[in-house]
Order: sequence, then C-alpha cells, then structure tokens
Amino acid sequence: MSGVVWDNWQKNTDGRATVQFNRDELLGAYRRMKVIREFEERLHEEIKTGEIAGFTHLYAGQEAVAVGICDQLTVEDMIVSTHRGHGHCIAKGCDVKGMMKEIFGRAGGLCKGRGGSMHIADLDVGMLGANGIVGGGAPQAVGAAIAARIDGKGRVGIAFSGDGACNQGTTFEAMNLAVVIKAPAIFVFENNHYSEHTGDAYAVGTSKDIASRAEGFGMKAWRANGCDFFETYTAFSELLEYVRAGNGPAAIELDTERYYGHFEGDPQRYRGKGEIDRIRAERDCLKAFRAKVVGAALLTDDDLDKVDAEVIAQIEEAVVEARADELPDPATVADDVYVEYY
Amino acid sequence: MAIMNIREAIVSTLHAEMERDSDIILLGEDVVGGNGTAGGPEAIGGIWGTSPGLWEKFGPERVIDTPISESAIIGAAAGAALAGKRPVAELMFADFVGVSLDQIWNQMAKFRYMFGGKTRCPAVVRLVYGAGMSTAAQHSQSVYAMLTAMPGLKVVLPTTPADAKGLLTEALRGDDPVMYFEHKTLYGVKGEVPEGEYRQRFGEARVVREGGDVTVIACGRMVNFSEKAADKLAADGIGMDLLDLRTTSPLDEDAILESVEQTGRLVVVDETPPRCSLAADICAMVAQRAFTSLKAPPQMVTAPHSPIPFARNLERAWVPSPQKVEEAVRRVLAFR
Ligand SMILES: Cc1ncc(C[n+]2csc(CCOP(=O)(O)OP(=O)(O)O)c2C)c(N)n1
Ligand SMILES: [Mg+2]
Repeated sequence: MSGVVWDNWQKNTDGRATVQFNRDELLGAYRRMKVIREFEERLHEEIKTGEIAGFTHLYAGQEAVAVGICDQLTVEDMIVSTHRGHGHCIAKGCDVKGMMKEIFGRAGGLCKGRGGSMHIADLDVGMLGANGIVGGGAPQAVGAAIAARIDGKGRVGIAFSGDGACNQGTTFEAMNLAVVIKAPAIFVFENNHYSEHTGDAYAVGTSKDIASRAEGFGMKAWRANGCDFFETYTAFSELLEYVRAGNGPAAIELDTERYYGHFEGDPQRYRGKGEIDRIRAERDCLKAFRAKVVGAALLTDDDLDKVDAEVIAQIEEAVVEARADELPDPATVADDVYVEYY
Repeated sequence: MAIMNIREAIVSTLHAEMERDSDIILLGEDVVGGNGTAGGPEAIGGIWGTSPGLWEKFGPERVIDTPISESAIIGAAAGAALAGKRPVAELMFADFVGVSLDQIWNQMAKFRYMFGGKTRCPAVVRLVYGAGMSTAAQHSQSVYAMLTAMPGLKVVLPTTPADAKGLLTEALRGDDPVMYFEHKTLYGVKGEVPEGEYRQRFGEARVVREGGDVTVIACGRMVNFSEKAADKLAADGIGMDLLDLRTTSPLDEDAILESVEQTGRLVVVDETPPRCSLAADICAMVAQRAFTSLKAPPQMVTAPHSPIPFARNLERAWVPSPQKVEEAVRRVLAFR
C-alpha cells in the first residue's frame, strides 16, 4: 500500500516493525473492516427471511485479519480463500454489490449466481476464489507463487486457511512444496478456535500452535493477535517484506474469533456460557481500532461514526439492488463449463 | 413395524449393530461434536444428526471425532478393516471423496483382489450426497456412478427408512467395502420399518409400482420424483413399472430386463450428468441384452453436462424433475 512507511524491521531492537499510517489509510482500513462487519451482520438478518439459499459462513469477528493483510497487497498479489470468504473478498477489492447479488443468487452476481457464498471469485482483483473444499486452496497458492516468481514482479501467492484446514494433508503438502522450491507463498492461518463444532484444542495436535507446524516444515512463521488490526498489520508487514525479498515461503498464525455459528443456522451448543458476549466485548477489532486511533488523537469518534453511517447506507443499497436484480436464466445452466468444447 | 424417518432408521441401526458387534467403530468429522470446546463432547451427533448418543454409549475408542482429514479418515477405516474391525467412516459430504479417493479406490476396493483373495475389508463409508439444498458445485454431487464403476466396491442408496435399516445392517454384516449413500433431502422421509433384525440383500431392486406400459429405473431422490410422474401419468391411464435399484453395485439386471421385456419401453432417471452415468450404463445393458424387446429408444433423464449451480432456480433447472420424467415417458410411449 502506497504511503506506508516502516523502519527496516531487522534493525528494530525488539525485532518488530513500526508502521505509521496517514489519516486516509486509517480511515480506509476502518471502512473496509466496517464494510465486512456490516455485510455479514446484514446477511445474518437477511438469511432469516429464507431468501438466501445454501450455506453461508459469516466472517464477522475476523475482519482485522483480512484487512490487516490485504491492505498491504497490490491488486497483482493473489489470494486463495476459504468457505468463510466474504471478508477476504471485500478486503481484496471485490465489488460488494456483485458479491451481494451472488449470495442472493442473482444474474448480476460476481459469478452469475452459479457459485454463491462459498465460491466467490474475482480474478481481476487477484482473488482466485473462495473454496468449498477445506484445504483445497493452499496448494493453489503455491501455484500462484510459482507463477509470480516466473513473472518476476515481486508478487506473492497467499493461502488463507483455518485451524481446521491446517489439519488437511493438502495443507501439509503445500507447505512442504513451497519450502522445497522456495516459492513466494504465504500461509495465513486464521485460528478462530473452531472447525465447525470441534475445538482447536482437540483437533490441532501437539502444541496447538499452528505456526510451529509451519516452522516444522522449515519456514519462518509469525504469530499475532488477529483481533487487532495494528498487530496483524505490523506482523504481516515484516513477513511480506521477507517473502518479497525472495527468502521463500512464510506463515502467520492469527488468533481470532468468529462471532456467529459455523454456518447460519448452527445452534452453537459447543460454546461456553457467555462466550460470545465476552469475545464481542473484549476482542472486537472495530472497537479496538477505534480506541487506539481516537485515544492517540489520530481520528475522532465523529470521523468513525461518519464512516459507519456511510457503510450502513452502502450495504443497504447493495441489498436493495441485489433483491431487485434478475434471477439467472435457467437456459444458461450448462454455460461456462468450458472455454471451448469441440 | 415402527414408523420412523430415514435419519432415525440410520441412528437406531447404528445403535443396534454397535451393541451387537463390538468390532464396529465409527469415525468422522463432528460425529461426536464439541470435542475441545467449552461445551464439551456433547454427542451432537454429526451435522446431519445421524450419530447422536453413540459416543455416550460406546465411548471415544469406538466413536472417534476426527480432524478435517478425509484421506486419513478413509485410510484409517481401510486399515482398521484389514486389522479385523468393522469401521463406519462418515464423509460429511460425498463430494469429499475427492480428497479421499485414493484410499477408497486404490486401497479398499483392491485389497482383496490384489492379495489373492486372502483379505477382507469390511468397511462402510457413509456419504451424504445429492442436490436440492443449493449447496452448489462442491457440496451437492451424486458420485455413485463413479464408485459403481470401481470393481471391489458395493454401492447402496436407500430411499426408504426400511431400506436404510436393511441395507445398513447388510453392509455391516458383510465383509466387503460398501459405499452407503444418504441423500441429504431424504433424511426426513418417513415410513414403516420392520422391528428386530432386518437385512435387505444387495442386488434386489424394489418394485415401487407395477403399471405395465413403461419401465422407469431410478435410485435415491429420483425414485420419489418418478413416483410423482407416475401419479400424473396414471391419471391419463398410463401405467409405470417403477424400480428403485437400492444398490447400483451389484445391479439387479434381472429385474430390469424382466420389466423391459414386458413393456418394451425404458426410461432411466439419474441425478448426475449423462456421460458415463448410471443411466448410460443401464441403457447399454438393456440394448445389449433385451434389444429385441425394445419398442422405442431408451430415454435417459439426467442433469446436463455441467457442475451443479448455486442459485435455486438454476439448481432446479439442473436436477431432473418429475415433469422431465413425465415428458420422457410420454416420448417413449409416442415412439412408433
Ligand atoms: C474437505 C472438506 N471437509 C469438510 C468440509 C466441511 N467443513 C466446511 S468448513 C469446516 C470447518 C473448517 O474449519 P476451519 O478451517 O477452522 O475454518 P472456519 O470454519 O473456522 O473458518 C468443515 C469441516 C469441507 N467443506 N471440505
Ligand atoms: Mg476455524
């Protein structure tokens, strides 16, 4: 992202980068996180009407990860996402209205209503696709990294994976391959502590630390508080500089929270008493951001309230337009299977 | 007879069989649910509700919650079966055979043959399949034809609660790997289920209707769609022989041929794209073995040659419908 300056992190005594943001960057980061939050909270309501079909996995609670990372990428960097992909899409620059239409199953959706919530992609902004197959994405990020290296423009390939996906063999294979060929691949592990109804304390063996697995494969790994935009951003800025410099792959584990059920409709009986209230009170990335920037007198509450109001209106408009959009033409059901078929 | 739905039939059969045979184990993602959480192992019993109470009753050595690792789930089932157990491995969505196919196809299916008939691999893989819930391209597929094509596997698809019990019991008593398909839209289908021990032999199609004018072959949800078409056609005096295959490997060729020899007209309904499908397989078998009985070209009612779309109206256009079955029947009857 242009205009961001950071000291050479290797020279810092604590080994951490210090990143300075200007006013526009702060407002932009807050806006993108808020767009994700509002998008998801609105979907949570809209799904109750029964109008939205299929599985919807909401990203609310994890916004600081997507934005803290994607704000540092160029449109040419490539990400692969997961079933919980709305946040990655928005942060990488997918058209919000096109996404909403897609989720509503409309013709004007980013994928013409064929993919839905789990399969949003927009190659034009370097978003190589959400993925319904847990663990499906990581090898593809290595492929993107191979392509990036050949092109020689310093681009990277990034795989977002959950604490559940980190247990899939495909993820292990992808990490090892990336290390073997020293690809500019980045493995982002969003540990929201659940894979569906199972806790990371059960399903992620050994130390329960996913980053240490990446280290075990021989790559450098970072750890950060994924509910804090600045911590995520700073850690990732170090990582990104390291990978862009041609040092091979790297990984980062972000400790984060998911606010809603695994999918909409999940009764969440696995949660502790008051757990959601607690994480919303103590680990909310939007609240933390506001407290920091207002506390440091970089922005005012009014600045942020104005963004909130604009975002709410933006999402309202997206929903109204999605609802008004046409359904896909059933006659097109078998189109787009091939580029050419002869 | 007890009245229950398919889900309940599966759950009660698993309870009964696990009680009867301590070699039966169950493994899969969230088959217990809640492990490693504040809520604790709660025997939520799978996202489809097909294993509640099993963990409480049989404990964590026999009811195993796994990480998201389908290759390891199916591979562990294959190994446990070789080691003398009777594993039931659950794939939350049949589409995840993609992740685990080697363990099914190159391992389980081939052990017995490769090892000169010396081994048994009595594993049951439960696969939740089918379109109808807008779960899109990677969570809706009916992959039974692909597995039917693999020698060494048996493939079963219950459509009624009685068959859910009978076929699962048979799978658990047999010594070969069985792919047990559960259609995600059929779990709530209710019906009578025989009490006590009840086994349904594989390779015996169920005669759903006897009408005499046309033979319709279907399995899974397509049986229900064909019944709807049969009701419509009956109003016009057209009688349908409707066979629910129950198992696609082994295939009840005799029942199919017997009906076609009487009607001379065949429609096969299949919830997959047409190429190398079950429908194509059955049409070829009939063309080869009952050519002289045929009075019209056999008709296949299938999905188009495309993945499964998300939007509700597109998905409806993709899946064969009662109306498409009805039209196909009218087409074969109109042929002179
Ligand atoms: C191969 C495969 N196995 C299982 C599933 C079902 N499933 C979808 S999401 C999910 C949990 C994923 O957990 P995690 O990677 O932590 O991501 P999160 O949902 O927490 O974002 C599971 C088991 C799937 N979609 N694909
Ligand atoms: Mg998770």
